[in-house]
Amino acid sequence: MNVTRGFTGRPRVPNAALPPGQYDAGDDWPVLSAEVTPELTPADWSFRVDGLVEEPRSWSWEQAHELPASAYEGDIHCVTSWSKFGVRFGGVALDAFLDVVRLHVSATHAVAYSHTGYTTNLPLADLTGGRAWIAWEFDGEPLAPEHGGPARLLVPHLYFWKSAKWIAGLRILDHDEPGFWEQNGYHARGNPWEEQRYSGD
Amino acid sequence: MTETFTPPTRFAVPGRIAVSKRAAAVWQTATITEIHRETPHAATFRLAVPAWAGHLPGQHLMLRLTAEDGYVAQRHYSIASAPDDAGHIELTLDHVEGGEVSGWFHTVAKPGDTVEVRGPLSGFFAWPGDRPALLVGAGSGVVPLMSMVRHHKARGLDVPLRLLVSARSPEELIYAREYGAETTPVFTRSAPEGVRVGRMAAAHVAPLLAEQPPGGWEAYVCGSNGFAEHASRLLVAAGQPVHRIRIERFG
Repeated sequence: MNVTRGFTGRPRVPNAALPPGQYDAGDDWPVLSAEVTPELTPADWSFRVDGLVEEPRSWSWEQAHELPASAYEGDIHCVTSWSKFGVRFGGVALDAFLDVVRLHVSATHAVAYSHTGYTTNLPLADLTGGRAWIAWEFDGEPLAPEHGGPARLLVPHLYFWKSAKWIAGLRILDHDEPGFWEQNGYHARGNPWEEQRYSGD
Repeated sequence: MTETFTPPTRFAVPGRIAVSKRAAAVWQTATITEIHRETPHAATFRLAVPAWAGHLPGQHLMLRLTAEDGYVAQRHYSIASAPDDAGHIELTLDHVEGGEVSGWFHTVAKPGDTVEVRGPLSGFFAWPGDRPALLVGAGSGVVPLMSMVRHHKARGLDVPLRLLVSARSPEELIYAREYGAETTPVFTRSAPEGVRVGRMAAAHVAPLLAEQPPGGWEAYVCGSNGFAEHASRLLVAAGQPVHRIRIERFG
């Protein structure tokens, strides 16, 4: 342990919900996208699932809203070291979309891509079983554009760069393929509890 | 299946700059060798990092402080120095109200103290000096852009480079004495006599896009989220292609 002279840090309340190396951002919700926020309205938005599926398809804003509503209440964690507790997102569980397209038996991974062209890769195991959502509400309000509105991917058990803003689709693959930040040195999976920040961690 | 996914738009450029996995993963001890004040709220900390693998202008690192009870605080900071400063890096930190890491730097740190760093990290915001660069920053958002300006100057590069930098006042303009003809400062609260006070506007951006070099600018925007939103919109409105704007937001 390399103790820093005179550093005491914030007064700390033990918090088992805080992954290692993270701090509680409180009411703040920093914005950390590397892109220009797109001017994307619900009418322009669509979501597509294709690749290794039996029936590729796209959903418009209205069609996506016809799927059963599902909410996430819990915490989110950003690789830049802030965590935010007790957030509430509303949308649809990703399973509802995947049930319609039916994954091919060889399918193992997905690349999520945004209307801006941002990409991020995920194992299917992290996207299925009630662990991921397409989210369009935050705290009961429409999701703000700078936070990925009108709709973003939400994978709260991984670092938040995996929760692609302005989600446009998933391409289902039988192999892992690094996305934008993963090509720029970030970890392939990004589990906050394992501190998988950078490739090599 | 060997199919490779190509996103439908051009933002997700393949890693322009390769990042060393090893350098990114290893924590190194850095020793503070010099501290100098830049403005009433910002100071530069010079660190000796003997095994530093080098960086590109625009890259950042992760820094961590450890308390006696094992509590750790880590933050990302942009690197201010040019890459040629072998074995040394410089960080310029704002004193953030209530900030536990910046607070330590501004009130406790002195030469001889050690901290830990890992990096450099992320090749996305990096500028190796190969393409015309239009840099737009505010406050301490100018830090990674200054690394680019210093690199440009140190190497005597002739690729065009312009810096548009916003500060509240001349006193709060970080690195004020180092700027040359490449820089246009914008003051939002108070300015030297004869200089207009106001927010960065289309009138600042338009002339730079009008004198665009062949092949166009690569734009780098850095600052608070509010500034990044405002500046990136000005650039888009002035005709800068969306996929050639890179943004680093200070959360």
